Amino acid sequence: MAHVVPANQKWWAGGRSPFNVEYGKLMMWYFLMSDAFTFGAFLISYGTIRFSSNAWPDPNKVFSSFPFMGHANLPLVFVSLMTFILIMSSVTMVLAVASGHNNDRKGVVKWMFWTIIGGLAFLGCQAWEWTHLYHQNAWWGRNPFTNYDGTMASTNFTNFFFTITGFHGFHVFSGVVINVIMFIMAWRGDFDRKGHYLMIEKAGLYWHFVDLVWVFVFTCFYLF
Amino acid sequence: MSDGAVLHGHPEVRTTHEVHHDEHHVHHHQETFITKYVFSQDHKMIAKQFLITGMIWGVLGGLMSVIFRLQIGYPDQSFPILEQILGRWAKGGKITADAYYALVTMHGTVLVFFVLTGGLSGTFANFLIPLQIGARDMASPFLNMLSYWFFFTASIVMLSSFFVQTGPFSGGWTAYPPLSALGDASPGSKTGMDLWITAMALFVVSSLLGGLNYISTVLNMRTKGMSMTRLPLTIWALFFTAVLGVLSFPVLLSGFILLLFDRHAGTSFYLSDIYMASTQQALPNEGGSAILFQHLFWFLGHPEVYIILLPAMGMVSEVLSTNSRKPIFGYMAMVGSLFAIAILAFLVWAHHMFVSGLNPFLGSVFVLLTLLIAIPSAIKVFNWITTLWRGNIRFTPGMLFAIGFVSLFISGGLTGIFLGNSTLDIHLHDTYFVVAHFHIVMGVASFFGMFCGIYHWFPKMYGRYLNNTMAYIHFWVTMIGAYLIFWPLHYAGLAGMPRRYLDYSSWESFNQFSDLNKFISTVAMIVFAVQLMFIFNFFYSIFKGRKVVTQNPWGSTTLEWTAPIRPGHGNWPGEIPEVHRWAYDYGKDGREFIPQTEPVNPDESKH
Repeated sequence: MAHVVPANQKWWAGGRSPFNVEYGKLMMWYFLMSDAFTFGAFLISYGTIRFSSNAWPDPNKVFSSFPFMGHANLPLVFVSLMTFILIMSSVTMVLAVASGHNNDRKGVVKWMFWTIIGGLAFLGCQAWEWTHLYHQNAWWGRNPFTNYDGTMASTNFTNFFFTITGFHGFHVFSGVVINVIMFIMAWRGDFDRKGHYLMIEKAGLYWHFVDLVWVFVFTCFYLF
Repeated sequence: MSDGAVLHGHPEVRTTHEVHHDEHHVHHHQETFITKYVFSQDHKMIAKQFLITGMIWGVLGGLMSVIFRLQIGYPDQSFPILEQILGRWAKGGKITADAYYALVTMHGTVLVFFVLTGGLSGTFANFLIPLQIGARDMASPFLNMLSYWFFFTASIVMLSSFFVQTGPFSGGWTAYPPLSALGDASPGSKTGMDLWITAMALFVVSSLLGGLNYISTVLNMRTKGMSMTRLPLTIWALFFTAVLGVLSFPVLLSGFILLLFDRHAGTSFYLSDIYMASTQQALPNEGGSAILFQHLFWFLGHPEVYIILLPAMGMVSEVLSTNSRKPIFGYMAMVGSLFAIAILAFLVWAHHMFVSGLNPFLGSVFVLLTLLIAIPSAIKVFNWITTLWRGNIRFTPGMLFAIGFVSLFISGGLTGIFLGNSTLDIHLHDTYFVVAHFHIVMGVASFFGMFCGIYHWFPKMYGRYLNNTMAYIHFWVTMIGAYLIFWPLHYAGLAGMPRRYLDYSSWESFNQFSDLNKFISTVAMIVFAVQLMFIFNFFYSIFKGRKVVTQNPWGSTTLEWTAPIRPGHGNWPGEIPEVHRWAYDYGKDGREFIPQTEPVNPDESKH
């Protein structure tokens, strides 16, 4: 359904939104900018401390386990799976938003369902990884891993890892809660009564943001 | 939605008022005491809530300064009344060192965040944005209400820290670790610091909810004809303030989260190589950096200065122009300089850290960026002066405070040029020169902006005027008092007198200032008493002040004066007025002022 506006529309002259969006979406964009600064501050802090240290543990050695695989050495395989799951949940979110554009309630319900499953699966993976690390005696203030050169590492490797992935996990958790609410509202037909699926778009913005942040978190902690 | 260009798949969104919050359209709906005065979603009531909460904090913060000024002015005397107020924190009428530091810390925290951020932009962004852009209310009245209640909760938590056994936080308002990270370091770093962080985190949430609302309201909800370049400068200033807050407070929040982990989870983000004298222990923490916290703190801390100052600048511009009966000089330059200040605010934070061990080369970059701020600041000052130049000035109380603001901003800004140079800062850092500088330029000047706003918009808020006699006494005593307090402190600072000392009398080099300190303390008490008179005037005038009888008492062009004298929820009965011109048509074509709502006459001269 294409909406038509006059070609000589004066967007900034008042009386309407200059971006042709309602206020909620504008707020979501500004919130995401704000949140990006929170994550940015965390990751820059991490970089500052890491580059002022002489050496740092090797992620290929730390993150080399996989559930039910015993002591098989599979560096970064599990976290790749986690990343894949999260990115797939972004894909299903795109499909939910697209269905919303077509006012296709069934499509929205279906794709929101898979997005929620993706989010929960990611959280489950993170829970497993944290538990696994905890059993290796890694926690805030405790770091069992040595630096790549064999020297004693400071605890800041685990400190930052748990703080930042924890903060990201908290965002994923909030995202899942939002998505569940959106799922229920779509399922009950609330958006059909409103006549539009804009709230799905806003939830989508948040969800994609959480995914995008993960790409940076993943890069900083697992790849470098 | 006629024929024409096909835009992407969104429906065209009209956001003035009709689309959402239909309930506000009708302002005669049933309102209970709770929904009208407590959990109100009316931006005007929320503004008053912010203002009165801020005023309570203002009195508390000011009282703290009076108490510690007693110690600085009269270190050898005791004041039994202090023991009655503070109990064991002032045994025998002399405040303890811990109490002194707690008072200094809380004075800073309370005035910077709870009065001059919450109380200032919370009040005027809420009150003025919808009224001056022509909107029924904020974009989201509900989030707006939450913003106040987060502020209120933050206030309660911060206040509660005064009543814990180990006292409130006492490590300075900047909360530098390791002092703030280690409970064993001082009594104030125990429970008081946890409450401090909690209160500040709640404050950040409040500021975020408010800021998102202000931004989207200014962008989305302007009435028909109100283009961005027709906005009054107050709105531009409040808009940039909100952007600064939304982008800088989250960084502070990150810093606080790491600090909380250092305090309670055994991490070492800010800690390394520490020997604790009080417990005679070497701490195991390795690899952290205390400087990291300073970076995170000042990345907020510097924009915070402008979060405090910009609303004052905006209101002063508006009041100066209205009461000079002249258009503001250089409107676009004013907007441009606000924008330049907002950008530069993010690029100068390390000038607070010149002596922290920062790389001197990096310091020189920050010197350059810091001194660049002098350009937009000077543009603003010259434009204010040129607005006054040959104006038909009406010395209303609001106008006096606006002129006072300009004076203080010049005096305090000039010393900023001294401090912005890293070489001079080696000598001046942590002396009373810094105290004098920021109190004048950020503290007192912003208070003047706030008073200017209160005196000017009080008739709109309460439908009554403040008492003029008390207002003039308030202005002159505060103006003269502010200079008498802070001007001499520059000399003390240049002579090397450091901040944050409990008792200067044991140093031969600072003994020479003991009479000066007595004098300053006395003036501070007088100025504080006059503020109490202002508070009395405020509450007295709400109920007994002279009534406003005309809709537009100041002869102003802006939209808030087209609303009824006591606007209901929804601001305008019937249609929202349409805007046809900029906000500063004063003294044009032989007319004293032309309201923004008046269509442009084809014979009118161009501005």
